[in-house]
Amino acid sequence: MSQQLRSLTRTALPWTVPVGMLLLWQAASHYQWLSSRIVPTPVDVFRAGVRTAASGELLRHIGVSTARAAAGFLLGGSIGFVFGLLNGVSDTAARLLNSTFQMVRNVPHLALIPLFILWFGIDERVKVYLVALGVFFPIYLNTYHGARTVDAGLIEMGRVYGLSRAGLFRHVIFPGALPSILVGVRFALGITWLTLVVAETIAASSGIGYMTMNAREFLQTDVVVLGILIYALLGKVADSATRWLEKRCLAWHPAFVVPGAETS
Amino acid sequence: MTGSAEKQQSSSNRLSQTGVEVRISHLGKRFGSRSVLDDVNLDILPGEFVAIVGHSGCGKSTLLRLISGLDIPSHGHIELEGRFVTGQVAEARMMFQDTRLLPWRRVLDNVGIGRHGNWKPAAMEALEQVGLGARARDWPAVLSGGQRQRVALARALVSHPKLLLLDEPLGALDALTRLDMQRLIEEVWRRQGFTAILVTHDVGEAVALADRVVVLERGVVPVVRRIERPRPRIRGDACLSEIEGEILSRLLERT
Repeated sequence: MSQQLRSLTRTALPWTVPVGMLLLWQAASHYQWLSSRIVPTPVDVFRAGVRTAASGELLRHIGVSTARAAAGFLLGGSIGFVFGLLNGVSDTAARLLNSTFQMVRNVPHLALIPLFILWFGIDERVKVYLVALGVFFPIYLNTYHGARTVDAGLIEMGRVYGLSRAGLFRHVIFPGALPSILVGVRFALGITWLTLVVAETIAASSGIGYMTMNAREFLQTDVVVLGILIYALLGKVADSATRWLEKRCLAWHPAFVVPGAETS
Repeated sequence: MTGSAEKQQSSSNRLSQTGVEVRISHLGKRFGSRSVLDDVNLDILPGEFVAIVGHSGCGKSTLLRLISGLDIPSHGHIELEGRFVTGQVAEARMMFQDTRLLPWRRVLDNVGIGRHGNWKPAAMEALEQVGLGARARDWPAVLSGGQRQRVALARALVSHPKLLLLDEPLGALDALTRLDMQRLIEEVWRRQGFTAILVTHDVGEAVALADRVVVLERGVVPVVRRIERPRPRIRGDACLSEIEGEILSRLLERT
């Protein structure tokens, strides 16, 4: 009995602070400590969600944003992955390309928004290319680092045991680099949503960012807050997906087999 | 692919298989200006068990890498069955001190690494030979050091190598596990009949296992000691202890 109670408290404990804040927020708006022009009540935000969902508007915007995120992530991620592996296994390629990538990395990709708008107007390409550019570097760097740090002894073993170049890649280099690649994926997902927020609020005619900016014009603070929360939710979903991927792909890793270690 | 798999099947039914003959002549290896091996001459008979002992840094591991084709000699050459070693030797397998199992492959997949066709039955058989058939589905991380080294032995045996190179494979094991592994290695060597070359700094181990013990000093082979004691040899055998003492004092007087 007390055991059950203890485990219940353990599960409930992380939720007490967010739920408490939500209640405090509702109370603050309700008793007019905060003007509804500054911040809507949680109930208002919920209602806005129901309203926009019912009209189909919300789902359309979420769909558009998700498609952009996915397209940009796949584009930038696959280019980064390919170059990371190439430079990871080939010294010549690394010598030729790595320092250039490292230099370009220091350009904040969001600084290119004006240039991108000049080139592509405000159509889909601006958002997708910006996300791709932002995603490229974390994936590239972590893939490169992962491939470089694969245990040389294992590669030598693979050669002695008759692995071909393709076999060496499939059995030794790729799985060896995978933990690092997945770290890159998580970084990249964070950058994906961040880039999209900025790009959609500046140069878009659809998507969550557009919906939020549009609502601002009409002082619909409830929709603005709703948009922010949806970005947070999408980011959380993407992060959980990577965690799931890590658990599946890194089952061999002693750091990932401890049951119940994942609490954050 | 299937043809070669069948051939392996049939050869695994044979009880003994002849190892390769190894001829090393005027072999030298230098890294930069530092000479590690200098004019090594050694002939190893097919199916013979040779142990190489010496101080650390005497070039014994380098010699093994040269025989396996992992490194290229600076001068001189190595012949296997009359063929010069110029690159990777397909019929040789090596065991390393740090087992070098792939942590992201299960035990059975580690044993079958680099095998083609229907390799699973053969890999399972090899795993059973080293007494770990029940652990086929485990990750290497959950095995003990001794068990991992057994998996590495199974991995080396699955292809029925004609030459087994052992680079201090038992160096990191505790004394009892080490004795166990020595017995296992001797057993499979007697059964399969491959040529074995063991590099070790444990003179007792060398004397217990080898037909001949080679003492490598400053890159040359000054001493080759033949050990003609019946197998399986008994640990603590007076004659073996005497030989061990003799080799040890030889190693010590040169420092």
